Amino acid sequence: MARSITEIRDGLTQGKYSSVEITQDYLDRIEQHNPALNCFISVTPEIALQQAGEADRAIADGNIQALTGVPLAHKDLFCTDGVRTSCGSRILDNFVAPYDATVIENFKKAGAVMLGKTNMDEFAMGSSNENSYYGNVANPWDLNRVPGGSSGGSAAVIAAGLAPGSTGTDTGGSIRQPAALCGVTGIKPTYGRVSRYGMVAFASSLDQAGPFAQSAEDCALLLQTMAGFDRRDSTSAEESVPDFSADLNHPIEGLKIGLPKEYFGDGLDSQLAATIEAAITELRKLGAEFCDISLPNANLSIPVYYVIAMAECSSNLSRFDGVRFGHRCDNPRDLEDLYKRSRGEGFGDEVKRRIMIGTYALSAGYYDAYYLKAQQLRRMIKDDYQKAFTEVDLILGPTTPEVAFAIGAKTDDPVSMYLQDIYTISLNLAGLPGISLPVGFVDSMPVGMQLIGNYFDEARLLNTAHCYQQVSDWHLQRPQAFA
Amino acid sequence: MNEWETVIGLEIHAQLATASKIFSAASTQYGAEPNRHACVVDLGMPGVLPVLNRAAVNMAIRFGVAIGAEIGHESVFARKNYFYPDLPKGYQISQFEFPIVGRGQISISLDEQNRKQIGITRAHLEEDAGKSIHDQFPAQSGIDLNRAGTPLLEIVSEPDMRSAKEAVAYARKIHSLVRYLEICDGNMQEGSFRCDANVSVRRKGDEKLGTRAELKNINSFRFIERAINYEVERQIDLIEDGGSVVQETRLYDSERDETRSMRSKEEANDYRYFPDPDLLPVVVTAKDIERIRAALPELPEQKQQRYISEYGLSNDNAELLVANRDTALYFEAACNNSAAPVAQLANWILGDLAGALNKSGLEISDSPVSAEMLALLVERIADNTISGKIAKQVFEAMWQGEGDPDAIIEARGLKQITDSGAIELLIDEVIAANPEQVEQFRAGKDKVLGFFVGQIMKQSQGKANPGQVNAILREKLKH
Amino acid sequence: MALKPGDLRNIAHLARLHIEDDSIDRYADDLSSILELVDQMNRVDSSGVKPLANPLDATQRLRDDEVTEIDEREKFQQLAPDVEQGLYRVPRVIE
Repeated sequence: MARSITEIRDGLTQGKYSSVEITQDYLDRIEQHNPALNCFISVTPEIALQQAGEADRAIADGNIQALTGVPLAHKDLFCTDGVRTSCGSRILDNFVAPYDATVIENFKKAGAVMLGKTNMDEFAMGSSNENSYYGNVANPWDLNRVPGGSSGGSAAVIAAGLAPGSTGTDTGGSIRQPAALCGVTGIKPTYGRVSRYGMVAFASSLDQAGPFAQSAEDCALLLQTMAGFDRRDSTSAEESVPDFSADLNHPIEGLKIGLPKEYFGDGLDSQLAATIEAAITELRKLGAEFCDISLPNANLSIPVYYVIAMAECSSNLSRFDGVRFGHRCDNPRDLEDLYKRSRGEGFGDEVKRRIMIGTYALSAGYYDAYYLKAQQLRRMIKDDYQKAFTEVDLILGPTTPEVAFAIGAKTDDPVSMYLQDIYTISLNLAGLPGISLPVGFVDSMPVGMQLIGNYFDEARLLNTAHCYQQVSDWHLQRPQAFA
Repeated sequence: MNEWETVIGLEIHAQLATASKIFSAASTQYGAEPNRHACVVDLGMPGVLPVLNRAAVNMAIRFGVAIGAEIGHESVFARKNYFYPDLPKGYQISQFEFPIVGRGQISISLDEQNRKQIGITRAHLEEDAGKSIHDQFPAQSGIDLNRAGTPLLEIVSEPDMRSAKEAVAYARKIHSLVRYLEICDGNMQEGSFRCDANVSVRRKGDEKLGTRAELKNINSFRFIERAINYEVERQIDLIEDGGSVVQETRLYDSERDETRSMRSKEEANDYRYFPDPDLLPVVVTAKDIERIRAALPELPEQKQQRYISEYGLSNDNAELLVANRDTALYFEAACNNSAAPVAQLANWILGDLAGALNKSGLEISDSPVSAEMLALLVERIADNTISGKIAKQVFEAMWQGEGDPDAIIEARGLKQITDSGAIELLIDEVIAANPEQVEQFRAGKDKVLGFFVGQIMKQSQGKANPGQVNAILREKLKH
Repeated sequence: MALKPGDLRNIAHLARLHIEDDSIDRYADDLSSILELVDQMNRVDSSGVKPLANPLDATQRLRDDEVTEIDEREKFQQLAPDVEQGLYRVPRVIE
């Protein structure tokens, strides 16, 4: 069965199979494997087959768009008109979105088929997918381990072959970290590259949507459809979008890649470091040049990130109040009871923790010490990157400090969970694009390597990742159980 | 009472007269069925984002330019966080540290001689909340979010006012200005123009301000005065009885004419302001400001000066005419293409017309007598077709809808008698009938003249030209 | 900075979150350890640095003042837990 989007597209246009056939194949695989993996919160077979039927008619009419007939899965925080959009939360368990997110609209226009909505950490808050109201997702490489988060479902469906492409969102690493832990390719574009309209907000100044797929080549196709200016999002960038696929095979000879010493320090697993080193050697063979750089404020990323993300989320999540949509508690005594119990029952532990920290950080007397300070450090972190990019074209490092950990290993210690994001979150603070791609295995679990680009330089990230994937096959490997 | 000084600052919320909301493309129209003008953005649905309305920004700048304020080069929208059912997102998008309009001032007139400058601290853009309706259901409140997201300009004054009268004068001045600028319809009944008053008292000579109460829900100029006066008395009584004023929000109840504490708004006023990450800084360039300044309409003070220099009106009349934009527009329409003397027109507008409007509770824009018709009436006085006294009758008929002045004069036969022969006849009759009074006049009692004029006018049913009557009468009585 | 149970109750109230009594201590501990992590920020002197709110340092775009939204009240109100006569209902608000 075809696994790559490029292959599926070709098969569909050449009439090797119909969209209905390939969609049905994926629906069958979902039915077979989802119970063990729990990748999906909602599977939407009727919609999928109807869209596939339309795609087949379009193909017959010669009306072929970028992704006509290609089945995809979407993270359950993109609003989908008429389909439940739960965000992994009890508070939105009954929420049928009344409109489409811009990303969803773009995929519809491009002719793509929606298989369903994928599991995730509640409101995208988590690094293991253990914070979902709908239960945790298993890592297809080892069902006892986490797939990463928060877009755990979207990464796992690619690894398990339950969809050839999927969407995720990345606020502090929520695309790159699960991509690394599941052995797939995932890209977080520059902040503002993809519209946030219709994405349920976690932290508005950090959130950015991006795709997962088996390869950089497929990610290029998906990102092409997702990216672009949207007047409904004030933070959307009025930047032209290059043809990502056209740039893929550009030779990387002479490419200058910086290795931040802060990314190869104490916290990094030594076997994992060796795997990254091997990938560096491969890239060197392709002509890339490496140099050491420093991002002196990188170590501040985690505290800065958590202050900003929690402050923004504490406000973003105030709209879930049991009045106009979502969960409402039974028999509220009065208004305050309605708010407190609806929210208390509707939100899980981690969400409550973050709302409370954010509330605290913004409250009278603490704003300057926390929020303002974090914003100042945010600029210092960004400045570090900007300085680095005057010397190098790309920055390279591990995506995560270790491979996927066991389910339950870190649930009692929120801080140790936060440290999983050490290499990914500074990009979100700076708004830079990053891609994670598989570069090997440690303990039979995939290892991800992260490439960081300058603003709006996604094409170079995809190009470099693609060149690497032309000379390696880590991205083509599949867990035995889902071969 | 005399040893107390009252200190008042006003926060005025003016709904900006845009077609769509400040952050969404839903209509701002008043009076729709509940929640019919509430789109996904106004409802705070998950995933929606605000996009700023250019017209709202331009209107705010127009106001700032008109009061000579600094315009924020980079103003920032911030979230004001609190939970309330008519606030769908759990925060209001407002401006905090960096408002679009900075410090400015406006001059109010207290009486003929005294003017006072009132400082304006700032004016910022924000979104209005929805409405809670408490009387529709037995144990529940109903929430209508049509108003949610309507653009507001919150105009914050310095605590520069020292009496309820000054506060009203200031509020009226701002009301007039926003209407001149065409940025707010000023309709207080519909809540387009709302006032909150911060009121405190202190002993005369004290430097320190007293503890203030914030009065809310004042929806007419009359109530501003009443609410403040009530509150001032309450605070003074409280202090004189040994108590102290608590800082709180108080609701003005116009039916009972009192203010009372709003406990529900008291507790959690930790608003946790922070810059809204869904919106970016609004940049206003010097060029933008110049463009808006150049397009400003003539403002009341400029109009007033023009009325004095161009029409020779008295300062008082000019000021009264410009106080209300519609009155000024009426006046200008009346002057337009009319031969009527402008000073007389002004007197008619400020006198008889204003009186009639006031009596029937109408706005000048709804006057049954149009500006053109009033001008025609005044022309007929000027060209001696009718006397000023008869004109009042004609005006009354016009008010009742009997048609234009010429038709009324014709139909009622009110045309002035200017034929000196006819007037002489009348005078002769009256002189002949009152020999006693003739004797008195000739004996030097000038006052009797008035009696004769009265008699003659009565005989002529008011139509005899009074000037002619006077002249001929004097002549005849001498001989 | 360590939060006391009373602090936690205040924060939970501001955030309108019901927290069970037997969870107060656990949350207070969790939040305290997160705040400890956050306090690392104080190691760095950032005085004089302009705060960064938006990663791209971009400025606001303005929308033309046009009404393009249509009335979809019925669709939206299907999502609401309690609606009557077109109004969203909540327990009586006392002013």
